[in-house]
Amino acid sequence: MLSRRIIPCLDVRDGKLTKGIQFKGNVVIGDPVETAARYYEEGADEIVFYDITASSESRDIMIETVEKVAERIFIPFSVGGGIRTLDDMRRVLLAGAEKVSVNSAAIRDPSIIERGAEAFGSQCIVLGMDVKKVAGTEKIPSGYEMVIDGGRTYTGLDALAWARKGEKLGAGEICLNSIDADGTQDGYEIELTRLISSQAGIPVIASGGAGKPAHLAEVLTAGMADAALIASITHYGMYSISDIKVYLRERGVPVRLTW
Amino acid sequence: MIAILDYKAGNLTSVKRAMNILNEKACITSDPEVIASAERVIFPGVGAAGSAMADLRRMGLDEALVRTYEMGKPLLGICLGMQIIMEHSHENNTRCLGLLKGEVKPFPGNLQDPDRDGKLKVPHMGWNSIRFLRDHILFEDVDPAGQFYFVHGYYPVPGDEDCIVAETTYGFPFASVLALNNLVAVQFHPEKSGRPGLKMLSNFCHWDGSNHA
Repeated sequence: MLSRRIIPCLDVRDGKLTKGIQFKGNVVIGDPVETAARYYEEGADEIVFYDITASSESRDIMIETVEKVAERIFIPFSVGGGIRTLDDMRRVLLAGAEKVSVNSAAIRDPSIIERGAEAFGSQCIVLGMDVKKVAGTEKIPSGYEMVIDGGRTYTGLDALAWARKGEKLGAGEICLNSIDADGTQDGYEIELTRLISSQAGIPVIASGGAGKPAHLAEVLTAGMADAALIASITHYGMYSISDIKVYLRERGVPVRLTW
Repeated sequence: MIAILDYKAGNLTSVKRAMNILNEKACITSDPEVIASAERVIFPGVGAAGSAMADLRRMGLDEALVRTYEMGKPLLGICLGMQIIMEHSHENNTRCLGLLKGEVKPFPGNLQDPDRDGKLKVPHMGWNSIRFLRDHILFEDVDPAGQFYFVHGYYPVPGDEDCIVAETTYGFPFASVLALNNLVAVQFHPEKSGRPGLKMLSNFCHWDGSNHA
């Protein structure tokens, strides 16, 4: 049986590991390469790197970080943040990442999904979705709206419609981040995750809000997520990946327990 | 020297990095002569069967692979590399190398997931277990409880069931490890499967091409 994946997310700024709340006030909490290596040893199923500045200078630093990570960990990892062109994708993949995640750039120009899938294969292309809950309207019938620029800009796009379009264009996976839940540690946005995951034909990674193992159990069962992103819950040592997996196994969620 | 076959498909650097950590000498090459002189060959790949086969033919690597197999050198196919050694793939309706009898079929897109409500997602992406039908020396000292990382939308259906070393269940059981003489093919990515994957690759690097298991 396919295991549900537990995926630590590392926010990287200028080569340093950081963490913020609801995309604001990020502080440096460590080194991304060492942290990734530790998570690999501790049984992470995959790792996500998010370049939260993504200026052109920080892009070069990120490529160096990706190369160093690739020498140390032998599980898949993806890189997102500021990926705008096929060349950005190629650099990240050649540096050793398994997947790239596109977010704002795909909303501005959806053809990047199609072109990326054509050039590198659908399995390489993750559609990163930052979503906020809004009042349901004719334009946003699901009541969830796509936001970009780290949550600062509303796009007028319905999240469910966008997920369907991204899949059709060739995305191989969706990383679904609730801006409302991000960094709160109050639990994932279950309703949103279930909505998107039940309608998508491709795997959905739930993101934002993990504070304790019960939150993961909930999003991987009721939320129908295929994988769960975590950050604060393990970055600060409250729980280990192993703690979380043992808890999930006891509740009947299939997980990888030997590594 | 281990030759990692480069036909412009997929992430070859990760296989090379796995060889580096295992302290095994390997080179990424698309030169048929280098492949001919290599001690063993790894045939990796992600991407689509049609363009991969076209690239192999254009570069003369289809013949290099067949020769590698016929010479009895250890040959490892990974993911798309596994699929392309079969006779035919339904992906782009592609005639493949035919080192193993059988074909490659797509996961149906509307299959109910037997493990929960909702449809089975395609691609099959993530960590899954393998169930051994017989022993093979490449899996010696690999923890049987260990899982492997898969990412694929198509799966192999071998013509000869004796070739199946292990199966994996995703909606239904499919052959995830195939072996014939000096050839082993795996649907998962050992280079991305942590310790069990690295152990399997290490075994491949020391395998003489015969199956004593």
